Amino acid sequence: MTLTSDLALGSGKPPGGDPARTASAAPGRLTDLFQLGLDAPICLTWELTYACNLSCVHCLSSSGRRDPRELSTAECKQVIDTLERMQVFYVNIGGGEPTVRPDFWELVDYATAHHVGVKFSTNGVKITPDVAARLAASDYVDVQISLDGATAAVNDAVRGPGSYDTALRAMASLHHAGFRGFKLSVVMTRHNIPQLDAFKAIADRYGAQLRLTRLRPSGRGADVWHELHPTVDQQRSLYDWLVAHGEQVLTGDSFFHLSAYGSALPGLNLCGAGRVVCLIDPVGDVYACPFAIHESFLAGSVRDQGGFQAVWRDSPLFASLRAPDTGGACRSCGSYDSCRGGCMAAKFFTGLPLDGPDPECVRGHGEAALAAVDASAAPRPSVDHSHRTVPVTIGRRRPPERGCDESPLAGFAVP
Amino acid sequence: MSTDFDLDRPWRVDPRVSVRPEPFGALLYHFGTRRLSFLKNQRVLAVVRSLADHPSARAACAAAGVTEAELPAYTRALHALAQSSMISERTVV
Repeated sequence: MTLTSDLALGSGKPPGGDPARTASAAPGRLTDLFQLGLDAPICLTWELTYACNLSCVHCLSSSGRRDPRELSTAECKQVIDTLERMQVFYVNIGGGEPTVRPDFWELVDYATAHHVGVKFSTNGVKITPDVAARLAASDYVDVQISLDGATAAVNDAVRGPGSYDTALRAMASLHHAGFRGFKLSVVMTRHNIPQLDAFKAIADRYGAQLRLTRLRPSGRGADVWHELHPTVDQQRSLYDWLVAHGEQVLTGDSFFHLSAYGSALPGLNLCGAGRVVCLIDPVGDVYACPFAIHESFLAGSVRDQGGFQAVWRDSPLFASLRAPDTGGACRSCGSYDSCRGGCMAAKFFTGLPLDGPDPECVRGHGEAALAAVDASAAPRPSVDHSHRTVPVTIGRRRPPERGCDESPLAGFAVP
Repeated sequence: MSTDFDLDRPWRVDPRVSVRPEPFGALLYHFGTRRLSFLKNQRVLAVVRSLADHPSARAACAAAGVTEAELPAYTRALHALAQSSMISERTVV
């Protein structure tokens, strides 16, 4: 339900995480204000670590190995102090797998004690029954379990062997602990769009809320996007499904490019990058959005003079993102007011110009544009923490392949 | 929308709500419902922030300079905020 009056708008879900449902209540107006940026993000994404026990093929932050320059516990607490001062309502914590940081729970407690709510994304590896009970007791912590297939076969092909069971075990623990309304988060691919109803059934079974987001060609996603992104027919069926389910299903505003099919989907329906959202990465670098980990969208670092607040308020990059859109090549298209040209990161990492159509433009302009660019010339992610080999199985040590794998001095002889 | 908001009762911002001023007015976030609301000008922000200091919402409006002619619009705004649990009636001790 969206409530509206002349002076106050209510009952929206926040952007970044999940957008305010106000666009239909106040056509244009608030969206226009948001377009010019806010004094502080409504919420922001904070990837706490690049370390991850999984190696999902579409990982948008190319995670796997921990970065040695990762923010320390003390530095993270300073960031939280800043967010409290700026009255950032909550952070979407991700990674990597954030719960593998030894200080993860300490940081969650510190944030909530300082009036910064936490929603964290996890593959479920650390959500034991004890942890689930703790989480269920807090108003200020929300959990998002990632699952990219309604069956183990579809999920594990993308997220790795065993990841389906891990996620379902975590959901069972949360459900059993009485946590209602945690999020089941799904990245939509060519293989799982036929499973929409099955995902909804899983969410319902565990008392969770379904959250569907868009596959972006970011991070390792750039390598698989061409095979995994939805077909044209699937995009249409996804849109119809989202319209039919309305506010029951969250989308993090990620499908606003589909609004060009007809009525707008719930949400702000604008690119929030640098305007209402941004990303802090594990080493403290601030990017315009979680899907744009590339030096072109690097606004500064929380380690710079003035910290995060100075980056948010004074970065020239963010100032340029807050300037009014010109529409570019899309300006003459009748759908521009609905789709606003789509996702900046999707265009960037497929090699398309930022002022042209989205690669998944529902009018078909993206396909034509893609055909005209050299895919091999598309920008590559600047940062890659992927596991160099398959993830190590704990407890089973592989024998060294050569002597020098065991000892750095093996075979070294003093002349 | 009905407008059965009782202006003569004492109100307050819900303790689980954070109010953040913005150039256009303010953003409100409710940690319990995880929902967001917007206040679209500075005066309605002044009213909302001072609710707890006045014996009634009507008094809070008057103190913020809301005229009789403007009162219906402010009543609708407060009603919307009450429906989304951003503000609640306070019990007078």
